Amino acid sequence: MNIVVCIKQVPGTTQVKINPETGTLIRDGVEAVVNPFDEYAIEEAVRIKERVGGGTVKVITMGPPQADAALRSAISVGADEGYLISDRAFAGSDTWATSYTLSSAVKTLGKVDLIICGKQAIDGDTAQVGPGVAEMLNIPFVAWVRKVEEITDTSIKVERLMEEGYDVVEMPLPGLITVVKEINEPRLASLKGKMKAKSAEIKKIDTTNMTVDPERVGLKGSPTQVFRSFVPERKSGGEKISGEAAELAQKAAAVIQNLGVVK
Amino acid sequence: MGIQVSLEKCIGCSLCVRACALNAITVAEKKAVIDTAKCNMCGVCVEACKKYGAITITKDSSAKINVNDYKGVAVFVEQHEGKVAGVSFEMLGEGRKLADQLGEKLIAVLLGSGMEAAANDLVKFGADKVVYFDSPELARFRDDTYAALMCEFVDADKPAILLAGASAIGRSFIPKVAARVWGGLTADCTKLDIDTEKRLLLGTRPAFGGNLMATIIAPHHRPQIATVRHKVMKAAVRDDSRAGEVVVKRVDASKITERTKILDFVKEVESTVNITEADIIVSGGRGMGKAENFSYIRDLAEALGGAVGASRAAVDAGWIPYSHQVGQTGKTVCPKLYIACGISGSVQHMAGMQSSDFIIAVNKDPAADIFHIANLGLVGDALQVLPELTKAFKERK
Repeated sequence: MNIVVCIKQVPGTTQVKINPETGTLIRDGVEAVVNPFDEYAIEEAVRIKERVGGGTVKVITMGPPQADAALRSAISVGADEGYLISDRAFAGSDTWATSYTLSSAVKTLGKVDLIICGKQAIDGDTAQVGPGVAEMLNIPFVAWVRKVEEITDTSIKVERLMEEGYDVVEMPLPGLITVVKEINEPRLASLKGKMKAKSAEIKKIDTTNMTVDPERVGLKGSPTQVFRSFVPERKSGGEKISGEAAELAQKAAAVIQNLGVVK
Repeated sequence: MGIQVSLEKCIGCSLCVRACALNAITVAEKKAVIDTAKCNMCGVCVEACKKYGAITITKDSSAKINVNDYKGVAVFVEQHEGKVAGVSFEMLGEGRKLADQLGEKLIAVLLGSGMEAAANDLVKFGADKVVYFDSPELARFRDDTYAALMCEFVDADKPAILLAGASAIGRSFIPKVAARVWGGLTADCTKLDIDTEKRLLLGTRPAFGGNLMATIIAPHHRPQIATVRHKVMKAAVRDDSRAGEVVVKRVDASKITERTKILDFVKEVESTVNITEADIIVSGGRGMGKAENFSYIRDLAEALGGAVGASRAAVDAGWIPYSHQVGQTGKTVCPKLYIACGISGSVQHMAGMQSSDFIIAVNKDPAADIFHIANLGLVGDALQVLPELTKAFKERK
């Protein structure tokens, strides 16, 4: 079973706070981390490899040279190989161009049975790259996977989380799934894993060793662009009251009644 | 092509430095210097420097299409078990507004089985034209089939804009459509508008967990596609005097090549689970103390006719299933009323609920962050306040 996990390095958003004076993001000391949803993807890939008793887990990311750290982090928790797609030609990529570039890179990795992505990255929150990669590789796709029920060499049976419950979906392989948080609890890196990650060779993928249509990458290949961005007006806190539980409840009940939302 | 700083116009004011989310700009010798290894050309600095106009991003697109060939606003109408989803009425309402701004048609696209009556009704909800793909194979959502038929529609009708709800279905197959037609796709918009001069869709969406808003355009590609967050736009109101064209396309089952197979659908046991649809959500966090205490949350939700939500802490503690989780790694909700009980208000939780119309917070800690965004803050023990509130409400009824 050859599994590829697509990951992204994102700012560790626990520290993303707004400077109340300037209204801008405070970035000082914000470390870069592996997108949390991708950690579930890596864990699931490693579990599937362990379950079927063989194969390789390759992690791939597109980003600046510093994204190397994200790949090493994945190797420390069980991934076998790391691939960094980095080239100035890819700067300014939107989700379309990113999907195109990732799918082109996956084609250089040899036989692939399953691709796993986190459902979305927590910086952009688009959830568009997973399905985009599947479409460009012309392989089937299931989003929002919360459980892998069965997997064989030729097919996978999963539970897809929907708004009102879940679908049980069967998909032939090769295919691509995006996973939600519920799917597993990622393991922590072992000492051995950390050692392995430190010494691992990260392979570079760029325009010299991958075939891409130059018209479809980077800014030029990106249909969308940011027109403007701004910090949203923060809700300022309203009335804050304290008192006996019964008083608080009476006050709240009156407010709720006035909202007219209770039928 | 690329990003440039005009040394004549730049006054070294650092506005761009503060605006850049990637730490890619520094000021040296009173001029902004952009580290192109870090810059992803998002354009935030260009906006920040509007007053001086010192930063420019030049871009030529590879798109070869003639954008003028694309006309009209199309809306994907989602259905569950033959019933049109609430979010689709919101899309029809919003789509009608955009179509009127452009002076173009609103087209509703419905995929289903035996839904002729519902298809005709879409006209009453604002569509000038309805394209209804009908087949027993379309009764349920299926990725490949939905994507293929939507691409077929885009090729035939050439809409300038395509809208879909940012639902589990919409966000699953719409990116596939965008990938195939090389359209410009903006995810999970909370505001749509038209630049009437350039006739462009302006899709505004939260990023960085709602800490930054970005307005996205797709100048050279068509259609301009947006998935739109549920409960943000106003639903279309039925008007029986409206007239329009309904085109029924019978889909030949043999032409459908679906690779995935849906074996079963399991409704989650708790009836109050669907927090994305709910107008009222009562949510519990770590302050609830233990699993049993979630009954206070359920009781109040039931008394108010609302759904039960939870913070990540409560889900991680195993007090309630993940499908109830609100926040960055859970669901994003915007109900009319959100009651946060024993939730301190982490950035991640607030990212998932701060756009709620009205927020009530109950927390023992008067300094809890949740009070910064609550319209009404109750400083008290949720375990005592909740039963009283449930009781008060039952009495009022």
